[in-house]
Amino acid sequence: MSILVDDDTRVVVQGITGGEGKFHAEQMMDYGTNVVAGAVPGKGGQEVAGVPVYDTVHDAVDEENADASVIFVPPAFAADAIFEALDTDLDLAVAITEGIPTQDMAKVNKRLQETDTRLQGPNCPGIITPGEAKLGILPGNIFSEGNVGLVSRSGTLTYQVVDSLTQRGIGQTTAIGIGGDPIIGTDFIDALELFEADEETDAVVMCGEIGGEDEEEAAEYIAQNMDTPVAGFIAGRTAPPGKRMGHAGAIVSGSGTGTAESKINALNDAGVPVGDTPEEVADNIEDLL
Amino acid sequence: MKLHEYQAKQVFADAGIPTPGSALATTADEVVEVAEDLGYPVAVKAQVHVGGRGKAGGIKLVEDADEAREAAEDILGMDLKGYTVNKVLVEEAVDFTNELYVGVTMDRGEGKPVVMVSERGGVNIEEVAEEDPDAIAREHVDPAFGLHPYQARKAVYDAGIPREVAGDVASILTTLYDLYEDRDGSDVEVNPLMVTADDEVIAADAVMNIDEDALFRQPELAEMEEEAAEDDLEAKANEYGFDYVRLDGNTGIIGNGAGLVMTTLDLVDYYGGKPANFLDIGGGAKAERVTNALDMVFSDENVDSVVFNIFGGITRGDEVAKGINAALEQFDEIPKPVVVRLAGTNAAEGREILNDELVTVEETLEGAVQRAVDFAAEEGDQ
Repeated sequence: MSILVDDDTRVVVQGITGGEGKFHAEQMMDYGTNVVAGAVPGKGGQEVAGVPVYDTVHDAVDEENADASVIFVPPAFAADAIFEALDTDLDLAVAITEGIPTQDMAKVNKRLQETDTRLQGPNCPGIITPGEAKLGILPGNIFSEGNVGLVSRSGTLTYQVVDSLTQRGIGQTTAIGIGGDPIIGTDFIDALELFEADEETDAVVMCGEIGGEDEEEAAEYIAQNMDTPVAGFIAGRTAPPGKRMGHAGAIVSGSGTGTAESKINALNDAGVPVGDTPEEVADNIEDLL
Repeated sequence: MKLHEYQAKQVFADAGIPTPGSALATTADEVVEVAEDLGYPVAVKAQVHVGGRGKAGGIKLVEDADEAREAAEDILGMDLKGYTVNKVLVEEAVDFTNELYVGVTMDRGEGKPVVMVSERGGVNIEEVAEEDPDAIAREHVDPAFGLHPYQARKAVYDAGIPREVAGDVASILTTLYDLYEDRDGSDVEVNPLMVTADDEVIAADAVMNIDEDALFRQPELAEMEEEAAEDDLEAKANEYGFDYVRLDGNTGIIGNGAGLVMTTLDLVDYYGGKPANFLDIGGGAKAERVTNALDMVFSDENVDSVVFNIFGGITRGDEVAKGINAALEQFDEIPKPVVVRLAGTNAAEGREILNDELVTVEETLEGAVQRAVDFAAEEGDQ
């Protein structure tokens, strides 16, 4: 079992003719992902990485029965690519692109409420169900099959924690990077809800960071709705107010909201142990299993 | 990206928002000249990206030429919370009876823009927001439609703005929202929006912050950024295209991915050190970027040691290792000790390549950070 993606998922890669799109389409296929098509305006009829390219996402869905897309489209055109994905009946659209203007995402967010397609990201590493499929740029070799779910706002921090788990022989059901932007599709609560409903997932790691109030809201959700135990980590304890720490969403505002302290307290109050170091997170998961 | 007050006021004035008469000055002579033209009293206001300028002595009200010169000499060249003041805005002082607040920002929790109006504007608006949130009227905006005129009116009435100026304030709020949308604002606000004895409404301050991710389609605003001289190191980081934030510690930090770099900072603190910076070299970094990153961190004279932490996904350990060797081989003597931790894609090959006469190699993140903190403490003692 797993959440959202498995070896039946049929993937269309939006932006497959670009450098990153092509490279990662090949990497995904090497991992075993069922990539069935690419979609790039004006490039219909070509073949890239062994799969047919269509001018529109609609064509890829109609011709190849794609049910999920991965978006590697430059920031200026990425919101349009997401709108296109949301206009089809895909189950899932994963937007990898970093640097999409926030107001574009506000419009996407509005549209999301009118469609059944789930958006993951943007500015995220993607999603992986070890041994079955990965959609995105995660390095497949550090993951292993198992019973721990993982949800994180950051890519490389996910790798760090997964590596600690895998080295201790603790595998993962699915790992999902929700992205570091202020406005995202799938959020912590959505992912936690899916893990809670997944019978194979026996514990969940949640890696948050400074900025916004998503972690606080997730803590409340955990306290009220989850039986599956959760271990937490929060990055950015030493970040000064008013400075953007890389991610557009990772900023402690002048009025003191979005601090690491507030998030750690909220998680602790919800019974979630928060590790001081990534190794401590793995320790906590060992204790919870 | 933040516009200076004088830049934001120009943008507001061009859009039809009333602002006081003013001009920019860089010398005491210019300040006096502008003040004489405008007529006293005038305000002399430091143009730096620092909140609470007034309380920190960066704004002075003057009544005559002598006071203007004195204020100019005090403010020009002063250090305001780490920023040197090179420019001042000389502006007509507004004789006001009331100070209001109007602003537009993104409510990230809702994923929608929100407009805000308060009758209690002025220097304490943040305290008002904290202690009496109901004193700020808010309307969320559907980004597909924009701000409806009724919403602007509703926010103004809900805030209890006096009837005599309600129409003008609603109109200014509408203009601010249009600017926010057209110019890709992240925060656009006027505080205070002053009301005069004859019920005129004037923007006495102006804040306009732009979404950095949208600068590609705001070339006119992007150009203004270069005028705003930031910290030298932060300017250098812009040139190299790094996400960089300077901090006040002595352990330099380089890594890939915002979350992991933040975590490395936190670990430096956890093990008793002090982080000197946040530096994210990004994904897929090649040798040249690594060299530039080391150059950045060594350029910070506070740095006593460096921890280089790379978890390779798309970034390859062997590329990073070559970059580190190439950067360090340029020095006759390595300026400060460098600790390297490589994990993920091609990490073993990378560790092979690293020249351990030049760097200290550690296997784990925790080990690398502790080693760098120890080095920084030793160097700092010398």
